[in-house]
Amino acid sequence: MPGKLKVKIVAGRHLPVMDRASDLTDAFVEVKFGNTTFKTDVYLKSLNPQWNSEWFKFEVDDEDLQDEPLQITVLDHDTYSANDAIGKVYIDIDPLLYSEAATVISGWFPIYDTIHGIRGEINVVVKVDLFNDLNRFRQSSCGVKFFCTTSIPKCYRAVIIHGFVEELVVNEDPEYQWIDRIRTPRASNEARQRLISLMSGELQRKIGLKVLEMRGNAVVGYLQCFDLEGESGLVVRAIGTACTLDKLSSPAAFLPACNSPSKDMKESPLVHPPSHGCRSTHNSPIHTATGSRLTQNFSVSVPTLIYTGMGSGSAGKEGGPFKALLRQQTQSALEQREFPFFTLTAFPPGFLVHVGGVVSARSVKLLDRIHNPDEPETRDAWWAEIRQEIKSHAKALGCHAVVGYSESTSICEEVCILSASGTAAVLNPRFLQDGTVESCLEQRLEENLPAGCGFCHIPYDELNMPFPAHLTYCYNCRKQKVPDVLFTTIDLPIDATVIGKGCLIQARLCRLKKKAQAEANATAISNLLPFMEYEVHTQLMNKLKLKGMNALFGLRIQITVGENMLMGLASATGVYLAALPTPGGIQIAGKTPNDGSYEQHVSHMQKKINDTIAKNKELYEINPPEISEEIIGSPIPEPRQRSRLLRSQSESSDEVTELDLSHGKKDAFVLEIDDTDAMEDVHSLLTDVPPPSGFYSCNTEIMPGINNWTSEIQMFTSVRVIRLSSLNLTNQALNKNFNDLCENLLKSLYFKLRSMIPCCLCHVNFTVSLPEDELIQVTVTAVAITFDKNQALQTTKTQVEKSLQRASTDNEELLQFPLELCSDSLPSHPFPPAKEHLESASSNSGIPAAQRATSVDYSSFADRCSSWIELIKLKAQTIRRGSIKTTVTVEKASPMSEGNFRNRSAPPCANSTVGVVKMTPLSFIPGAKITKYLGIINMFFIRETTSLREEGGVSGFLHAFVAEVFAMVRAHVAALGGNAVVSYIMKQCVFMENPNKNQAQCLINVSGDAVVFVRESELEVVSSQPPTANCQSSCPGGDVTT
Amino acid sequence: MTNELDIFVGNTTLIDEDVYRLWLDGYSVNDAVALRVRSGILEQTGATAAVLQSDTMDHYRTFHMLERLLHAPPKLLHQLIFQIPPSRQALLIERYYAFDEAFVREVLGKKLSKGTKKDLDDISTKTGITLKSCRRQFDNFKRVFKVVEEMRGSLVDNIQQHFLLSDRLARDYAAIVFFANNRFETGKKKLQYLSFGDFAFCAELMIQNWTLGAVGEAPTDPDSQVDDMDVDLDKEFLQDLKELKVLVADKDLLDLHKSLVCTALRGKLGVFSEMEANFKNLSRGLVNVAAKLTHNKDVRDLFVDLVEKFVEPCRSDHWPLNDVRLFLNQYSASVHSLDGFRHQGLWDRYMGTLRGCLLRLYHD
Repeated sequence: MPGKLKVKIVAGRHLPVMDRASDLTDAFVEVKFGNTTFKTDVYLKSLNPQWNSEWFKFEVDDEDLQDEPLQITVLDHDTYSANDAIGKVYIDIDPLLYSEAATVISGWFPIYDTIHGIRGEINVVVKVDLFNDLNRFRQSSCGVKFFCTTSIPKCYRAVIIHGFVEELVVNEDPEYQWIDRIRTPRASNEARQRLISLMSGELQRKIGLKVLEMRGNAVVGYLQCFDLEGESGLVVRAIGTACTLDKLSSPAAFLPACNSPSKDMKESPLVHPPSHGCRSTHNSPIHTATGSRLTQNFSVSVPTLIYTGMGSGSAGKEGGPFKALLRQQTQSALEQREFPFFTLTAFPPGFLVHVGGVVSARSVKLLDRIHNPDEPETRDAWWAEIRQEIKSHAKALGCHAVVGYSESTSICEEVCILSASGTAAVLNPRFLQDGTVESCLEQRLEENLPAGCGFCHIPYDELNMPFPAHLTYCYNCRKQKVPDVLFTTIDLPIDATVIGKGCLIQARLCRLKKKAQAEANATAISNLLPFMEYEVHTQLMNKLKLKGMNALFGLRIQITVGENMLMGLASATGVYLAALPTPGGIQIAGKTPNDGSYEQHVSHMQKKINDTIAKNKELYEINPPEISEEIIGSPIPEPRQRSRLLRSQSESSDEVTELDLSHGKKDAFVLEIDDTDAMEDVHSLLTDVPPPSGFYSCNTEIMPGINNWTSEIQMFTSVRVIRLSSLNLTNQALNKNFNDLCENLLKSLYFKLRSMIPCCLCHVNFTVSLPEDELIQVTVTAVAITFDKNQALQTTKTQVEKSLQRASTDNEELLQFPLELCSDSLPSHPFPPAKEHLESASSNSGIPAAQRATSVDYSSFADRCSSWIELIKLKAQTIRRGSIKTTVTVEKASPMSEGNFRNRSAPPCANSTVGVVKMTPLSFIPGAKITKYLGIINMFFIRETTSLREEGGVSGFLHAFVAEVFAMVRAHVAALGGNAVVSYIMKQCVFMENPNKNQAQCLINVSGDAVVFVRESELEVVSSQPPTANCQSSCPGGDVTT
Repeated sequence: MTNELDIFVGNTTLIDEDVYRLWLDGYSVNDAVALRVRSGILEQTGATAAVLQSDTMDHYRTFHMLERLLHAPPKLLHQLIFQIPPSRQALLIERYYAFDEAFVREVLGKKLSKGTKKDLDDISTKTGITLKSCRRQFDNFKRVFKVVEEMRGSLVDNIQQHFLLSDRLARDYAAIVFFANNRFETGKKKLQYLSFGDFAFCAELMIQNWTLGAVGEAPTDPDSQVDDMDVDLDKEFLQDLKELKVLVADKDLLDLHKSLVCTALRGKLGVFSEMEANFKNLSRGLVNVAAKLTHNKDVRDLFVDLVEKFVEPCRSDHWPLNDVRLFLNQYSASVHSLDGFRHQGLWDRYMGTLRGCLLRLYHD
């Protein structure tokens, strides 16, 4: 099925001076697609040439259309010597291949040279004529839409969510080919850029084919990564979730829906009536006996240290996966899928039934040369193994699926750590087979599961738990069991009931490692891994408790391998889920009694910790209502006994914890500071400084507890590299350095963005790499979003949180409050507002104030292994969530004037010749409605310099490069007709320097979804008072759901 | 532990106005950090000195990258690398092209050449403005001068179009360009009391009335190269000014002129007797200035002459400004009643501007 690609070169501007004599340039353009090349005329002596060329036409197969990038090269004509290249533009024409996306690519593109950076701009128009009709077209993979967004894109509706798709392609890295010794760095870089572009296209096409075989029409949560394996090659791999999406046909009809919560309300019958039922029926008692020791839901699974070369197990991979999937589809049995994985982190209502906990697997591999690029069996087998392990972990948790799934690698020389992680979950199978969502939803309704806490209920059998855990009845519905802590890799479900605000929690860890070669090295790493995982986990637990919270969302644990060390960085967003028990405190126990000063020290530390917990509770507004005894009613003795039973069974030896048991109700998470390590732990706990007033941060899409975003957003990337003093490096010093690096980086961000206060850093994404022996590189990408403090002051209590969470505007949300307040909050008033804060939201849920304790289960730890499961679960219940009230602190400018200021500065943008393109790692734009997805942006750039000092050193070099990458992304989006990139991610930023040679090189890979958005204020008829307009539309929505 | 590399890049380029000012003022990163610390920002924000250092470095790097674009402001509007809201772009440009009064007084009317640039060291020492800032300001003057020097059309419009400056700043630059082109002497000791504003005011009047552009309101021949030049004084006009000499050379005419002025001002002037005594001197001074303008050398000394021949004598007799105004008005107007004088138009073109200038120059 051929198509015709048409390209027109219009003009250039700001070209560099190529002829020193005349201070001018004689520029012409080569347009290349596949093996065909066209040239424009030479436009003599101008830095702003007007070529206005004819239409260059390429007749090509659609396979090529998908794989190949359009390559535009601008050159300076030279009569006597070779023409000098000015730079290139690569244009991915994929967005033109599906009908709903862009129809033309037209605009100014920066002309990019890998040595000189951006050198002027060129205006290009690209069109594609496809010769086939849509039906025939469907037979190829061209029509499949790709989204980086890890939720169902706005303005689409999921008809079926088919499941996991994956693919990888391998090739030799041009940088390591023999020819690289004789060609110029520019030629080498360009060969690499082009190859990766080709491989990405091929990969996308192959994934598209799989999706079509599954009868899907889109891939959501598409994540494509490069593994630069050096000598052994270049791997491009991708995972995603195949779906069948329906475009919401008439946007107008959904207008109130799309831009705000009300949409979800209307569409999802799942939103349950205010959980009066739950409330009334469960007068369950506080678990007075819960004082018993707690174990962490933590276990380490069997070792999976495998060296390279074991290719078995990949059999059937070639044709297998999707065929199998097809079969399964008809069987509609999720359990039988090869990999029931989903890369989504947010789901349609009703999709997620229970969450088991985090499952992860890692394995250490030795790389060797990929002998046959067409048969990437080894890499496939490696991943298949890991996925298999994940699947079995999930099964152990009583879950048949894994959501929020992702894969990553860390490579150092020939050692490679493969990691996969996700959240074990039980899903509603009706989404996974044919049939409309509506019917699913109806069914779902009949089942009548409690919303808001259902996902916290444990999916596994209580008597047969995969790990020791402490269970209680759900604090919301009191019907089902919940764990005491829940860790997940997904976003906070929109219907979850949260008390207070969330915060970014990070665990940071370094471990020195001896330099070693090959297998010895791999063994050393595998031996270290479980200890790192364990410590990272302990740190997370401690920090979570220190914050007075009980659940982690968006957990991402990154283990990075270097020559002589391993680094672990875990980031997550801590929240207090109303359905889970109140976390206990942290208790410090000294191991050397009878030492007066020591005891004093211990008690001093204890006091500090207690103070911090109290301070954090206030800071994050965690005020779970104390439940009085009458409401709580009588205890449920039976479960307690059961859990005891279980405990004794599962723990062979744990004297200490048993002892703790005897401490009675008041126990807490015990930290024994018997050695310096533990001291260090305690210190590091206390060194984390909370963000300055007016700032919040999280690594999830939105900040739990804040929902009144205003429209100002600032996406940024920050990179830091520190050099460690090589002398006498100890683990301790290393940890401190790393900790300081991260903390200082955060402090700098807060300082830089201070003008946006009150604001929240969302989707904070840290990436660690170890480019050289003594260098640590941390890259952070996040978006700062302002919110309206005044509106936040109002108590917002809605049972339809889901909507609030995703909500882009605050206005509509506000409108709902009155409504809900009458229906719900009034009854809830029995609990008087705490201090300045109205806690109406959580008041309905009976949250016992029981103190709980946890301790670590060391028993399972003896396994020497390289992978583990970590799981924790939880439950939350009421649909209503804690209100957002905020801060009594007196801050400067009134929101009103700030608002005005923003408004004032916005309109002039329209006059600018360069359209503003917003970028955000989130899937939405606050205060705006996404009306169209234009296609995926997936770009790879290399920049190299041989005059590092002249370009301002490493910082100057990288600063300019990152700015150029942003510029090129924006230009491509603008040329597609878009005005924003959502779900933007910088997947790779590999920086190498050689200051002695005055050289540096950097590779950056970014992706995202190009979209068109419309400001809500522009949509509204009544611009000055949007709330009034919306009230009408959203209120009925609210009614329907209740 | 040292930061090898430390960058922050926002999708919208962050501009800190305070840091921008410090950068424009030519402070090094360390000095800027010290100044910011002194401003109390650490206490306000709870940041550390290291954070401030990193932030300052970052901004300086951004400004350094922007500087190339600021040299041709329209480029800043069209470039794609930095996403900056238009209001911020305007601020960046305006501040970049802003200059210090003390500095501009030092170079006003000087040739914007390498030679002058070498003297910037001394200017920096004298004015207390950092050498870096002096260089920026000097280069701005020179850059604007080079671009608009040969251009036709309104000087202010040309500057605005090519440098996107505010109306006010564009007018100031027009004055600077005009002074640099005509090399008016402004540095003499007796001119030290004059501000840049005084000169800029005079420059504007002269551009409006004494240049080629002034007469060529509607150029008959659009191809003519000389039609509409705001930068150069109208040579023909300067030649013609010789004709005015008759006003002082012809004794009858001078006496008549004097009597007309004295009659009209009698009783209205506090310094009438001084005026009457000085009339011939003053008139000679003013007319001789006009007559000398054929020589470039004398054009350069225009302001020196005006101060010497008119401002100083009046000031020594303590004329109030209002009396000066009354006198100049009457002095110019009375010429129309001199029957023997045929160059009324020429006189008005000369005296109209000169009157404005003198009134502006007449202060302490």
